[in-house]
Amino acid sequence: MEKLLDVKNLKVSYHTYAGEVQSVRGVDFYMKNGETLAIVGESGCGKSVTAKSLMRLIQTPPGEIKEGSQILLDGKDVLKMNETELRELRGGDVSMVFQDPMTSLNPTMNIGKQIAETLIIHRGMSKSEAFEEAVKMLKLVNIPNAEKRAKQYPHEFSGGMRQRAMIAIALACQPKLLIADEPTTALDVTIQAQIMDLMKDLQDKLGTAVILITHDLGVVADFADRIQVMYSGLIIERGTVTEIFDNPQHPYTWALLQSVPRLDTAHKDTLYSIKGTPPDLLNPPVGCPFAARCDFAMDICKEAMPEYTSLSDTHGVHCWLQHPYAPKVERPIGNGGAANGTR
Amino acid sequence: MAQDKVLIEVKNLKKYFKVGPNATLKAVDDVSFNLMKGETLGLVGESGCGKTTCGRTVMGLYPASGGQVLYNGQDIHKLHGKAKKDFTRKAQIIFQDPYASLNPRMTVGNIIGEGIDIHNLYTGQEKIDRIYKLLELVGLNKEHASRFPHEFSGGQRQRIGIARALAIEPEFIVCDEPISALDVSIQAQVVNLLIKLQRELGLTYLFIAHDLSMVKHISDRVGVMYLGTMVELASSKDLYAEPLHPYTQALLSAIPVPDVNIAKTRQRIMLEGEVPSPINPKPGCRFAPRCKYAKAACLEQIPELKEVKPGHFVACHIVK
Repeated sequence: MEKLLDVKNLKVSYHTYAGEVQSVRGVDFYMKNGETLAIVGESGCGKSVTAKSLMRLIQTPPGEIKEGSQILLDGKDVLKMNETELRELRGGDVSMVFQDPMTSLNPTMNIGKQIAETLIIHRGMSKSEAFEEAVKMLKLVNIPNAEKRAKQYPHEFSGGMRQRAMIAIALACQPKLLIADEPTTALDVTIQAQIMDLMKDLQDKLGTAVILITHDLGVVADFADRIQVMYSGLIIERGTVTEIFDNPQHPYTWALLQSVPRLDTAHKDTLYSIKGTPPDLLNPPVGCPFAARCDFAMDICKEAMPEYTSLSDTHGVHCWLQHPYAPKVERPIGNGGAANGTR
Repeated sequence: MAQDKVLIEVKNLKKYFKVGPNATLKAVDDVSFNLMKGETLGLVGESGCGKTTCGRTVMGLYPASGGQVLYNGQDIHKLHGKAKKDFTRKAQIIFQDPYASLNPRMTVGNIIGEGIDIHNLYTGQEKIDRIYKLLELVGLNKEHASRFPHEFSGGQRQRIGIARALAIEPEFIVCDEPISALDVSIQAQVVNLLIKLQRELGLTYLFIAHDLSMVKHISDRVGVMYLGTMVELASSKDLYAEPLHPYTQALLSAIPVPDVNIAKTRQRIMLEGEVPSPINPKPGCRFAPRCKYAKAACLEQIPELKEVKPGHFVACHIVK
């Protein structure tokens, strides 16, 4: 299948008084039409920065997308676009749903107008046409009384409805790529389930590719086709959902899967917790960034970054344990992400 | 771990807020439960269901609009003067937001020491030693005492909040979503710490959270709240194995499971619509408008919380 998105050697830095913070340190990935890619990792691992770079939403200065980075969307180089082309891209081919629906909607504009705005700009509709289309979009995202609701303001909507409205805005122009940055983190579980089902449903109807940024592995298992695990600005493991959950290879992925309590783990057992904190990206370590916190670290891990080891077409990992001379370690978790011995 | 001695008895607790001339927000409406000494009672529910208000009213931060909270047999809302002060020494709270709940202009040592001063527990070198000991207990070190909150990460701040709560040797701690603002790997650290402290110090926790898998992990018993009422209360094992209230069933089925094999096969119960407003609620079972089993009786009368199996309480007209 044709690649919709091809990112090569993406590097993003922020210039601060303390020095250069290397948020994203060389990331390669691709996306196909209509698929869902999840990017998971802790706060500060660079997942949001990666996603924002795809739309050139990095504020410069202090941010900077480094020389040598390449982002091809449908064959067009996003990093070489001028402002006019970028304006067409944002909200047209690529759009974004943010984490906090409270602060990302305009409080002084009614919801209908906010959806219509994108349609007027990108599709050249008249105001009344666009408003009608906006009502249709609200119906599509299951908002009851859409005609009445379109004339209401964000404060009259609940959290879940605001997130639906955000999705309506994002999908109004039928983008090829939707970036969902922690779309359900601020919502309750029952509403989260509604929103994720809605996104899946709309994705099937409209054929949109989705990048889902989250730290909730449960949502990922439900929703994604492929997963990329990021740590300190690098993708340390990638694979299909089944590959990552049934056969994870990187100790950090193991740690992530182990630190979530599952409904079937023993009561009040000590949960696995990763010791220490992520490395300082002002001076990223020379070797594997996870080495200092890794239970399986060897001497080599602190000295050099491991190469990419390909395990299948889709599954690959950066870890010295993959080296033929490395000792064999027993994976602390079994199939399906369950800790050994609990199933 | 749970013992038989009742520490806190909550009887028909009500907390109403007047929000307009003819509008009353019934945040907590007729909730009753017991807290045993040394146990962890989890309180779950969606935002706006009144779990935080319930926790705060139980420890006397809000005056109750009705009902009683009996701590060792004494109604805490009727305490004054010295008796009130003695109670505040026994009950403490850990807040949700580790960024907003620490005074940015006080050093960590002063934050932890404030309660010790108020209750005149230790002075001079003894107080300083106590602060150092607390910092070590929660996994920080004594150099941290002279620093300010902004120098710490979220997980470390939450540890400072825990140290502050422990400073005056309480018996009972309300943990109001202590982990929801933290990263996954840090959540595990804080939960492990809370469990360890409970074992060492024999603490009683009221653990409020919306992360259902974490609540199951830490709690002995779990109460489920919906729109100000307690709809189900059972041991955490029973509740998760066999939820009886339709709302609990839907809530549990909505938890995302980090396991592809389960995720692809299981059936979710989808709830239609959203939680209605708690302002001037309609009569009858609060969940009835969204409940697919609702009968006529559900719309008229609020079901009582009754014991359907040993230790398993449900408030539902349908469940017999």
